[in-house]
Amino acid sequence: MSAITAHPLAPEQRAVTGRDLGWLCGCLLFVMAPHAMRVPWWLTLFAACLFGWRAYLSITQRRLPSVWLLAGVAIIGMIAIGVEYRTIFGRASGIALLMVLAGLKLLEMRTHRDATMVVFLCYFLVLTNFLYTQSIQTALVMLGALVAITGALVSFSAPQRAPVANLRTAGLLLVHAVPIAAVLFVLFPRVQGPLWGMPQDAYSGVTGLTDSMAPGTLSQLSVSDAIAFRALFNGPRPAPRQLYWRGPVLWDFDGRTWRTGPRRFRSVDEVTGGEARFDYSVVLEPHNRNWLFALETAASLPPNAWMTGDGQVMANNEVRNRMRYEMTSVAGGQRAGDETAGSLARARILPPGFNPRTTALAQSWRGTIDGDDALMRHAITWLRAQSFVYTLLPPALGRDSVDEFLFDTKRGFCEHFASAFVVLMRAAGVPARVVTGYQGGEFNPLDGYLTVRQSEAHAWAEVYVAGSGWVRVDPTAVAMPGRVDSGMANSVPSGDPVPYLMRVDVAWLKSLRYNWEALTNRWNLWVLGYNTERQREFLARLGFTDADWRKLATLLLTTVGLIVLGLLTWSLKRLVRPDPVQQLWLAFCRKLGAAGLPRDPHEGPRDFTSRAALRFPAAAATIASVGERYIALRYGAVGHDADLAELKKSVRGFRPA
Amino acid sequence: MAAVITEALPRSRLAAWFYGHRATEHGPIRLGHRRVYIVPTRVGMMFAATLLIMLVGSINYVLSLGFMLTFLLSGLALAGMVHTVRNLARLVVVTGRAEPVFAGETAQFRLFLENPAPWVRPAIMLRHEASGAQLVTDVPASATAEVVLSVPAARRGWLALTRVRLETRYPLGLFRAWSIVQPDFRCLVYPRPDKAALPASSPDASYGTRQATTQGTDDFSSLRTYQLADSPRHVAWKAVARSDAMLTKQFTGDASAELWLDWTMLPVALDVEARLSRIAGWVLASEAEGLRYGLRLPGIILPPAHGDTHRAACLTALALYQA
Repeated sequence: MSAITAHPLAPEQRAVTGRDLGWLCGCLLFVMAPHAMRVPWWLTLFAACLFGWRAYLSITQRRLPSVWLLAGVAIIGMIAIGVEYRTIFGRASGIALLMVLAGLKLLEMRTHRDATMVVFLCYFLVLTNFLYTQSIQTALVMLGALVAITGALVSFSAPQRAPVANLRTAGLLLVHAVPIAAVLFVLFPRVQGPLWGMPQDAYSGVTGLTDSMAPGTLSQLSVSDAIAFRALFNGPRPAPRQLYWRGPVLWDFDGRTWRTGPRRFRSVDEVTGGEARFDYSVVLEPHNRNWLFALETAASLPPNAWMTGDGQVMANNEVRNRMRYEMTSVAGGQRAGDETAGSLARARILPPGFNPRTTALAQSWRGTIDGDDALMRHAITWLRAQSFVYTLLPPALGRDSVDEFLFDTKRGFCEHFASAFVVLMRAAGVPARVVTGYQGGEFNPLDGYLTVRQSEAHAWAEVYVAGSGWVRVDPTAVAMPGRVDSGMANSVPSGDPVPYLMRVDVAWLKSLRYNWEALTNRWNLWVLGYNTERQREFLARLGFTDADWRKLATLLLTTVGLIVLGLLTWSLKRLVRPDPVQQLWLAFCRKLGAAGLPRDPHEGPRDFTSRAALRFPAAAATIASVGERYIALRYGAVGHDADLAELKKSVRGFRPA
Repeated sequence: MAAVITEALPRSRLAAWFYGHRATEHGPIRLGHRRVYIVPTRVGMMFAATLLIMLVGSINYVLSLGFMLTFLLSGLALAGMVHTVRNLARLVVVTGRAEPVFAGETAQFRLFLENPAPWVRPAIMLRHEASGAQLVTDVPASATAEVVLSVPAARRGWLALTRVRLETRYPLGLFRAWSIVQPDFRCLVYPRPDKAALPASSPDASYGTRQATTQGTDDFSSLRTYQLADSPRHVAWKAVARSDAMLTKQFTGDASAELWLDWTMLPVALDVEARLSRIAGWVLASEAEGLRYGLRLPGIILPPAHGDTHRAACLTALALYQA
């Protein structure tokens, strides 16, 4: 007798309508649009064709293509992606593959079951967007996408309802999901990734310093507003002239380009002398290199880091995620030199046959001036006497770049100054090297963080002076004294393409920017930077010290269980609000009952109040008024709020005896 | 441990407790939270698999927002679970009327779903477990939805509406919540009428008997004033058209007869059900011809009369006849 009939709620049983299709296509386009701008143009076109094909079939009400045809298209797509990316397992190629698969899935989407799979694909595509950017803006846009996608899922369960109602339900569900998500985010035991080898292309496309410097390298970087790192000082803040953030040290010059050359390890010896000691933490943006930035002269090392012979702090691994570390530095401090004759000789080498005029000038100084220290001072004096122009748009230089800069064009950016000074020193036989890094930064008055941007990339020189070791000389600051104290933007000519943020000087705009940056910083630290360490720190602050994963799991399940229970209670809440008038009347009857006059079940309000008035003559007036008001409010045509308030007052204050 | 419990409790009671089977309930049935069951659907399982992949991806690529998304979707699923329960819980099932039908037709069980809550309850499925009859309805906010379950009526007698499953997957389709109700609701099923000729009216006829009376419906004798109980069939419409008064035709004669539909007059070879079917067919035929007919079953005698009430009484007697 029990006939097997198809389940009417089963998604396999319900065909996809035009509305479902339109909605899903919208969701897919929304989450794929950022990818479409990254993948090769032909791939975007390919995916667009698949979407268009489905739309055409839907509008003309034709049959969907056969499985074989779709398999053919899928294979063509995979081969094309394989050829373009040389692999189909990378990050970028994986996303390209997902885009093609999304289009193909649309072409075989018949029932709500298929449509649900497309919804899950949409959710996954949201995740893939975070591979490229996790900014606040992205999060907000993707939250919008999430509402739309969830709305699609709701509409499969309630196909008859208006889309707005489904969106509202989706929004409510997401609001209810937020507390659970927050608890999971905080308490879910974090495993430090990656779990397995990352695809090769996972970290391409980050800007920052490189381990070489040629004319134009830094001035290109200078037009970028991108943040290199942020630093928070515990205690006193350094002065602008103390803000030299040491990066790669360049030794080897080939006439045009400076390179780091081989590095060796050194121990972090005690730093002597110096003006001030600074303790600070740095939040470094990922730049896919080993180096960590520290104020000169670094006096400590963060964990998993080491120091090169030339004083640069290096991480054991490439910095591929935003990273936070604590540092101590001594401004103007000196570390005991351990330079050998070999390394000093390396700091004197110049490529032969380049820059003859510079070489001649330096050698003429060498003949008249005695001592490396005096030579250095003379060079500084000479540099200051020339009229150089500091500009982001230096003229192109030929083969003898230093000669042309020093004697002909006299226009250059910091790399020109640093390179020229070191060449001058080396030509005079004084050991010298180029140091790259960042100079300056901007303190945010709201959260006290110093923001250092790519535009603050800088290059300076170091000269080895016997007895005192390596001495920093900033030729840019020597030639253009304003550069260090008032920033790059105020030192270059007004026509130069200075980053927008550095130019704007409107007060409210600036305060808006400070707010935004402080918010971003907090977002970076607490949302994006929430890792195993941060979790431990946070839990310790909550009182859960040395929480292992078992404790975390217990805590997690308990909290999530409580939240679900809370939601259930919400869904259980009383559906029918009791009538306040009736409540008051019952309270009144209870009071009379307690005084020895219970209301008989058959007794109406009029009979009962008249009986009560006889029994309690002192309160007769109140009893009568309560009875009248109750009858008027309960059985009258219209009730007034004022009457209700009066009734409430009389009942509350009613004492029968 | 499970075995002990199984032995301790009668199997059927355990199953009844576990599956929420209950005895027939009278009056409005309120679906309390305790009788709403919920499990993930297959789609829900696939969603869980998707979340797992997203979690692994987030760990591998150290995507904080990936974690956030995965956790938000996990929360979404849990919130969806609560909403699915909410969509069904505290619905009130009230029985309506089920008009009698003949065996072989479908009984129309009319049920009302009362929604005491101020929110809409979309996509609620009702399914009659025994027959597979099912439908999907939305119950508006603070209102009542009327649904009719069409259950095939195979045999005469009372057809009880057995277990009815109410199910919903709204809002996300990741979970399905259900509840089983077995309201005290039955439909009378008359025997399947047999299309046999009416018995002859001669006293020695073998099937049933027609007895001559002074009043019949065969031969016209005279006109009298219309009375409310008269069949419209007997109104002398032509005469009415000529005058203002409503007139009823009166019939007399030998052929005009009072018919007894008699159990004992049927061939012995016929079994009980066939006899009941035959008599039910006669009842319908007699009613159609406007005859006055009486019913004589073993132990039951219904004196001759006609009209819908009489017809219903006869058919009810046939439907509930116990051999």
